Amino acid sequence: MRGTFKAAAAAALLSAGSFGAQAQMTDGVIKIGVLTDMSGLYADFTGQGSVWSARKAVEDFGAAAKGIKVEVIGADHQNKADISSNIARQWFDVDKVDVIVDLVSTTTALAVNSIGREKNKVVLVSGAATSDLTGSQCSPNSIHWVYDTWSLANGTGNALAKTADGKSWFFVTADYAFGHALERDTSAVVEKNGGKVLGKVRHPFPGQDFSSFLLQAQASKAQVIGLANAGGDTTNAIKQAAEFGIVQGGQKLASLLIFISDIHSLGLKTAQGLTFTEAWYWDLNDNNRAYAKEFAPANKGVQPSMVHAGVYSSVLHYLKAVTALGSDGDGAKVISKMKEMPTEDRLFGKGVVRQDGRKIHDMYLFQVKKPEESKGPWDYYKLASTIPASEAFRPIEQGGCPLVK
Amino acid sequence: MKSNDSLMILALAAALAVAPFFIYPVFLMKVLCFALFACAFNLLIGYVGLLSFGHAMFFGFAAYVSGYTVKTWGFPTEIGILAGMLVSAALGLVAGLIAIRRQGIYFAMVTLALAQMVFFFCVQAKFTGGEDGIQSIPRRALFGVIDIRNDFTLYYVVLAIFLAGFLVIYRTIHSPFGQVLKAIRENEPRAISLGYKVDNYKLLAFVLSAALSGLAGATKAIVFQLATLTDVTWQMSGEVVLMTLVGGMGTVLGPFVGAAIIIAMQNYLAQFGEWVLVIQGVIFVTTVMLFRRGVVGEIGAYLAKARGTAKE
Repeated sequence: MRGTFKAAAAAALLSAGSFGAQAQMTDGVIKIGVLTDMSGLYADFTGQGSVWSARKAVEDFGAAAKGIKVEVIGADHQNKADISSNIARQWFDVDKVDVIVDLVSTTTALAVNSIGREKNKVVLVSGAATSDLTGSQCSPNSIHWVYDTWSLANGTGNALAKTADGKSWFFVTADYAFGHALERDTSAVVEKNGGKVLGKVRHPFPGQDFSSFLLQAQASKAQVIGLANAGGDTTNAIKQAAEFGIVQGGQKLASLLIFISDIHSLGLKTAQGLTFTEAWYWDLNDNNRAYAKEFAPANKGVQPSMVHAGVYSSVLHYLKAVTALGSDGDGAKVISKMKEMPTEDRLFGKGVVRQDGRKIHDMYLFQVKKPEESKGPWDYYKLASTIPASEAFRPIEQGGCPLVK
Repeated sequence: MKSNDSLMILALAAALAVAPFFIYPVFLMKVLCFALFACAFNLLIGYVGLLSFGHAMFFGFAAYVSGYTVKTWGFPTEIGILAGMLVSAALGLVAGLIAIRRQGIYFAMVTLALAQMVFFFCVQAKFTGGEDGIQSIPRRALFGVIDIRNDFTLYYVVLAIFLAGFLVIYRTIHSPFGQVLKAIRENEPRAISLGYKVDNYKLLAFVLSAALSGLAGATKAIVFQLATLTDVTWQMSGEVVLMTLVGGMGTVLGPFVGAAIIIAMQNYLAQFGEWVLVIQGVIFVTTVMLFRRGVVGEIGAYLAKARGTAKE
C-alpha cells in the first residue's frame, strides 16, 4: 500500500518535471535509513543522536538548495541480528531505502553488511567495532567509517608500550571470541614495542564480579592493566578497580573499547587516569566544538560521540558521491565513487576510503582527566598523543580482504 | 466443534496463502517461524501445564546446527533443517529427563538453568562464531529444484513447514495422548492413580515441543541466513512466554496471533526506538490484568457465551 502510494506520488512529481537533469535518483528521492540502537546498552552514544547527525549532514550538504530530495528515517535494531536483518530487507525491498548507516553491534553490522551486498545497496557502518568488516567479511557495498577493534588495540597498545611506564602488561579478558581477539592483537603490539605481558585472566561474559580478577592483576605488579572487554563488562571492571585503588596505586588502567557516554556515567572520580583510543572528541578543536554546540541542545544536553560524528561524516560523503555520480541506483558504483573521492568534512577533516572499505583518518590517545582538572560535565579527556592516519589502521594487506588484489 | 476447527484452520491457511501479495514476505516468514515456536511452547504450557523457561535453547541451538551444517558442511537445506530439529529433539530428551522430575517453579528454574548452560556453550564454542554468530548462510535450492533465494518462493516453503508443525500439534492435542496430557494438567495425582505413567507422557510431550521449537529455529536460520546469540538468550525464552500469553494460552490459534502481534510491534514500531519495549510491556500487563485468556481466548469465550445465550 505505502509502496504503491509512494511510487504514484513519485511518478506524479516526475511527470510534473520538478526534478532536474542533474540527479536521476531511483524513485526520485535519496532515502537514508539510520539503523541503530535506541533502547539498549549502546543507545547513549548512537540512537537518536545518530538520526540527528544524519539529518544534520543532509542539511549541511544543502540538499534542498541543490534540488535533491533526501529523506532520513530511523529504526531501533535492539542489537538483534534478526530484527536488523528484517528491517534492512524491508527497507531495501519495500521502502526503497538507498543507504543504511550506523549499525551498532557486531552481529547486526555483519548481517546488514551481507544483505547490502546481496541487494547491491550501500552500507556505511559507524557504530560497530569488528575489524572483520574490512577483513574477511569486506564487501564492495560497505564502508567502515570510524574505528575498529584493530585500531583501538593497536593505538592504545602502541602508545603505552612506547613509554617507560607502559612496558609490562596484565590482561583482564572477556572469555569469548571478541575478548580473545582484543587481547591477542594488543599483546602482539606490546611485545613488538619491547613490552612484556606478565599474565592474563579470563572472566565470564557477561561478568558482574571482577574483584578476584582485579586483585590478580594488582598483585602481578604490571604497569598497565588492559581491559579486553566491552560495554557493561568494562564499566563494571573500572568501577571495581576504583574501589581497589588500582590507579591511585600507580598502575595504569587501559580500556580497549570505551565511549564518552561510559565515562559520563562512570564519573571522573571513578574513571580518572583511564587511557584509551578514540577517533573523535567534541572538545578537540573549534570545528568539533561548533558541532557539539548544535548537537547538545537537540539531544537532551548530551555531547556527540565519535559514532555520531561518524554518521555525520559518512552521510555527507555519500551525498557528495551520489551527486558526483548523478545516480543512486547502483550501490557498488556509489561505493567505488566514495573510495575514489577524497573525504573532507568539518569533523574528520581530510581523509580517504581505502580499497577494502576502511575509512582512514587520525586516531587519538586520550586520558581521562582528574576531577579537579575538569571544568564541568562532559569536559573529560586530555589528549595524550595523536596517532597519524598512516599508522592508525591495520595495513591493508594484513586484513585478508578478498577485494584487495 | 471438530468441523468448526478444521474450517478455521482452512481459513487460516487460505489467508496465509494470499498474505504475501499484501504484506512483505520476509516479515511474514518471521511471524510464521515465531508462531511455530510459540505453538510448540503452548503444547507444553497450555496442554500439559509445564512452564518451561528455557525454550530458547531448542530454538537457538537448532538455528546454529542448521546454519552450520548448511554453510560449512554443505548440507542441502532440507537436511540442514532436519538436522537442527533432530539435535533439538535430542537436547529436549536430555533436558526433559532432568527437568520433568520437578514441578512448578522448580521445573521452570531447571529449564532456565539448562538453557543458560546451552547459552554459555554457544558463547564459547568455536562453530557458533561467538558474538558474530553464523552469517551469510546460503539458501540452497530445496530438494535440488525449488529455488528459495526468492523470498516469495521461500515464503511458501516456510508456510508448508509451519502448517505441518501446526497440524502435528493439533493432532497431538486431539489424540488420546493429548487427552492424557490434559488430564495430567488438571490433576496429576489422579492421572497417576488411574495407572498412567505420567513421567513418560510428560517426557514425550517435552521432546515433541523441543523438536518443533527446533524446527522453527532451524527454519528461521535459513530465512534470515544467520544464527546468533539472540536466539539462545533467556530473553528469547521470555519472549515466547509473552507471545503465548498475549495470544491465549491453551488455545489452538492463540500462539499464532500472539506471535503476529509481538513481531509486528517489533517491526512496525521500530522507528519509535525505546518505546517499542515500553509498549510491549504495557500490552503484556494489560493482557495479564484485563483479559487473562489472551486475545484468542477472550474471543473464544465471548463466542461461546453468545452461543450459549442464543440457545436459551
